[in-house]
Amino acid sequence: MTLSTPSNASRPAAQVAGRGRPPRSAWLERQARWVFPAPAAITLLVLVVFPILYTVWMSFHSWTGQIQTPPQAIGLANYTQALLHDTRMWHAIWRMLIFGGLGIAFQTILGVGMALLFHREFPGKSVVRTIAILPMVTTPVVIALTWTLILNPTQGAIPYIFFKLGLPQVLWLADPKIVLLTLILVDTWEWTPLIMWITLAGLSALPNEPLEAARIDGASSWQIFWQIILPLLRPAIMVAVLLRGIDAIKTFDIIYAMTQGGPGNASETMNIYVFQQAFNYQQIGYASALLVIFFIIVLLLALVLIRLRRAPSWQP
Amino acid sequence: MATMTRRRVLRRSLLTLAFAIMLLPTLAFFYWLVLISLRSDLINSMYPPEFLPHGLTLDNYRTVIAQNSLIKDGFNSLVIAVGATVFGLLIGAPAAFSIARWRQQRFALGILVARIIPAVSYLIPWFVLFSRAHLIDTYTALILTNLVVCLPLITWILISFFEDLPPELIESARLDGCTVYGAFLRIALPLARPGMIAASIISLIFAWNNFLFPVVLSGSRTSTLPLAAFKLLNFASFSWGQLAATAVLITLPIVIISLVVQRYLVSGLTVGSIK
Repeated sequence: MTLSTPSNASRPAAQVAGRGRPPRSAWLERQARWVFPAPAAITLLVLVVFPILYTVWMSFHSWTGQIQTPPQAIGLANYTQALLHDTRMWHAIWRMLIFGGLGIAFQTILGVGMALLFHREFPGKSVVRTIAILPMVTTPVVIALTWTLILNPTQGAIPYIFFKLGLPQVLWLADPKIVLLTLILVDTWEWTPLIMWITLAGLSALPNEPLEAARIDGASSWQIFWQIILPLLRPAIMVAVLLRGIDAIKTFDIIYAMTQGGPGNASETMNIYVFQQAFNYQQIGYASALLVIFFIIVLLLALVLIRLRRAPSWQP
Repeated sequence: MATMTRRRVLRRSLLTLAFAIMLLPTLAFFYWLVLISLRSDLINSMYPPEFLPHGLTLDNYRTVIAQNSLIKDGFNSLVIAVGATVFGLLIGAPAAFSIARWRQQRFALGILVARIIPAVSYLIPWFVLFSRAHLIDTYTALILTNLVVCLPLITWILISFFEDLPPELIESARLDGCTVYGAFLRIALPLARPGMIAASIISLIFAWNNFLFPVVLSGSRTSTLPLAAFKLLNFASFSWGQLAATAVLITLPIVIISLVVQRYLVSGLTVGSIK
């Protein structure tokens, strides 16, 4: 709202003459390209850049979160401890990559499939599409809570259906070998619609000519899909996959609300592990070092994303 | 001829089946949640579980609404979501305009980085700083932190809307003696209204759903709905019916908004990924 003041003030003056504006408004006018983004830039500087620098600084210190005892500088000790001795961290990184990789694989296959299905005209199209959007806007804690009830071993719906169908009983959230897969499936339930919607947008932007030409040449719909539609959709799908991938490895809500990393550490991803170190064990310095390692990994993935985002424009 | 129609019928039924399979998980999820919320705990704890609606009652809703903490938490969630969205629009709209008009790609990338970095990364410094400033458990802390999620979202959505405006519109306004600021307020903003709506809705939903920040930064005064649901699930000896009723009440506003403004929601969620 602060921006409305200069513009209102300068308007009458500016109307009098495009030739001779008052100096103050002329200065503001020349600086507009800095004035417009300034509030956002300052906000991000204070809320993002400064905390990151502070985290990096903390990562070279030992601090247990007691306000009374100041942090002690310990050099690279946190990093050597984490990278060389902390198997729990490596397991957490590994789980994070599995969670992201497997989740994306499921979501892409299902999401692209749903998009191809929902792209055609059919009665009730908008209702069906709206239902399909609901999982990704539903509060993650509610998703976690509802799946916990559905998967409950004694009164849950799914264990009972498995029992009735004669399938083996699975302890979805209590079996350390299964729990990560369960969480991946919940994540897939939540986010497949995003891939679907992005693919749908890509589909509706497809040029018609190659499809027509292929049809005239007598290509089967299977060939059209694999050899024309999919290659044309690839850029849209790639970007969707990478955006989703970066969000997936940062998943916190459903994991923390459903298992808090358990049983044991069986579903502890990097995000959860850092959170535990910082807020349950109060190892602020050590957690900061873990964070730096974490966001280096995420930024590396982001660089790949940015390169791929640019890629289409390099092509003639 | 007969084989033709049989093939078509087969195709039809296969398609219907595919639709059913695709939508089943979503429908079953909401069906089960609403069903549990409408039944007494006696029925909810039966074995085998009852899949059909019998003996429905609104008692769970009456109970959870009567506990005034839920109303308070809902109010907190609303204040924080609206606060973060309003600030996000005030700050994000000029930034998006600027990025679109002067092609400030580096600034756009900086904002993208803010969206990419895991939110856990900010939490430790925020926690330390907000503790020192005695801002733990205040709206200020929660609105500011949610802004970190909402601002990049809003900016990123609005950039593409401003980029779609023909630059001649702004130029002709300036030839008429309008300043850039006037052109932004009188021409660009009104024309980007669909974008503003899309951005606000998505920002509201993300802030409403946020769970990570209140876990660390809120206390008894500013507890939000997702936090309340989490505590019910993990710490209280809970009643399934009441838990589900709480969950329905949290989700209902979002579902209603999504149904009403589906078009905007989709354009906002998929923007940035297509361009």
